[in-house]
Amino acid sequence: MISKHKRTGAMLSKYTPVLPAVILMLVFLLGPIIWSVYASFTNVSLVGATAIHPQFVGLDNYVAMFKDPDFFKSIWLTVLLILFSAIIGQNVLGMFLAVLSSKAAVPVRKVSEVIIVLAWIIPDVVGCYCAYAFFAGEGTVDTFGSFFGLDLSSLLYDHPMTVIVLANIWRGTAFSMMIYQAALNDVPEEVVEAGLIDGAKPMRIFFSIKMPIIKRSILTNLMLTTLQTLSVFSLIIILTGGGPGTNSSTLPVLAYDQAFKFSKLGYGVAISAVTILIGGIFSIVYMRMLKTEKED
Amino acid sequence: MMSGLQHSRKGGLGSRKRTVKVVYSIVLAVIAVIFALPLCWLFIAAFNPHATLSITNTGFSFDNFKSVVSWDTFGDPILNSFILSLGTALLVVICSVLAAYPLARFKTKVSSRSLNIILFASCLPITSLMVPVYGIFVQLNIIDSMTGTILFMAAAGLPMGIFMMRNFIASIPPDLEEAAWVDGASRLGALRRIVVPLMMPSIVVIFISEFASTWGNFFVPFMLLMSPEKQPAAVSIYTFFGQHGTVAYGQLAAFSLLYSIPIVLIYVITESRVGNNSMMAGSVKG
Repeated sequence: MISKHKRTGAMLSKYTPVLPAVILMLVFLLGPIIWSVYASFTNVSLVGATAIHPQFVGLDNYVAMFKDPDFFKSIWLTVLLILFSAIIGQNVLGMFLAVLSSKAAVPVRKVSEVIIVLAWIIPDVVGCYCAYAFFAGEGTVDTFGSFFGLDLSSLLYDHPMTVIVLANIWRGTAFSMMIYQAALNDVPEEVVEAGLIDGAKPMRIFFSIKMPIIKRSILTNLMLTTLQTLSVFSLIIILTGGGPGTNSSTLPVLAYDQAFKFSKLGYGVAISAVTILIGGIFSIVYMRMLKTEKED
Repeated sequence: MMSGLQHSRKGGLGSRKRTVKVVYSIVLAVIAVIFALPLCWLFIAAFNPHATLSITNTGFSFDNFKSVVSWDTFGDPILNSFILSLGTALLVVICSVLAAYPLARFKTKVSSRSLNIILFASCLPITSLMVPVYGIFVQLNIIDSMTGTILFMAAAGLPMGIFMMRNFIASIPPDLEEAAWVDGASRLGALRRIVVPLMMPSIVVIFISEFASTWGNFFVPFMLLMSPEKQPAAVSIYTFFGQHGTVAYGQLAAFSLLYSIPIVLIYVITESRVGNNSMMAGSVKG
């Protein structure tokens, strides 16, 4: 991570303490990224001869990827998940909850916060099984549906993505809510009062005064929730297994399936490499935005 | 006319505020109830010996807990979760204090560039890294090793750890260490005796958040640990209950409940000591 050419003796001793961290990150973070680029050009597999002695196959994996309708479907599903679950769901609902809780009665606020945060802090697998029991046949939603004469017993097969979007909103909204609560708390009282004196309506105060002030928090949170949602895996594996067929296979699930279900490790790695690239582009855009924000 | 009357009787703005408060409280309560519904099943099923996915199927006994709490099904996985979480959290804290110190104190190009790279790395989608990581672990023959898993999880937690730690150190005035150097302390000595005690609260926050995220992590140990006797609770819930034909939902819920308790306790204690926002302030406000 540190340019090796410029290292002088003094620099070396100054920066010696960073070595353990740098070595760990080089081996376990940069290593897999470099390996994934290499392996995506080979036919490396999980078992058999090509597991130990993979052959170089050039762009075959990438050509296969761009001919694979499941790959484009998977990108589309990933975009849908990020758009509806992270950007619209978690951020808008999180902001809405932050505003509600700032004006609601204290006991209601406290109890609601505990419940919403609980859905977020419980371990991944536990949250996923709760969501499964909620949406599966004979589960909670199905039970409520039958009160109204609706048949909701096969939601997981009929509308897998809708279920995953909703479950991910349930799991993650607490984070956005807390970020926005903190951000709104930091908005200076005087600015809001000045707006009130000028006769601005509450809606106007929120969108024209508060939103611009907390723009930085919004940008940061949009990015964090987007990247977190790009990484959603357990939820999909436990709720639908990526199915039916590939109807809920987002990029991480598709990569996993190709590598482990179909034993095409090289192809799975190629899909991972593309996903990492997408995440990387997102991060760079985000860092640029924060930088220009700072200079403003 | 009307408004003038109301002003004098109810205090105008005050009554409007009260209406807002009532409406906001009702809407918030409705959303909270919806959020609570998926959690209800966990409690209903855990205490029902004949549990299904239904929340109308109720019963009360501790049978599920009794059959789950044995050394093989419960003790081993929980112990593994504890070893993985403790190992990862310790490694992240030690490495990030060491790495963050020069990055916070030396205002050089190396520091600022490294910090950018670290910020970038903290955004990597770790899930997508797992298939390549599996490949590398097989090639290096460290697959199915708890040490290997801890090393990877620590590496994955380091970028955020270093970044938060650097911000904490940067907020400590350097005068104190300089005084210690004058008294003959080495840089590392000053770090250990002056800086570390001052930033104990931040170290605790990073330790706890890393411990908690490792405790709840499913995908990484699921990919890297194959032997059942090495798997943490997160994975054993999935493999033991999730894939054995007819699922014992009651036992699954009971196990899940017990496995969630430490994390909820940690959160409650941290929140009451440091306040929940400080946990994230470092990561988001940057």
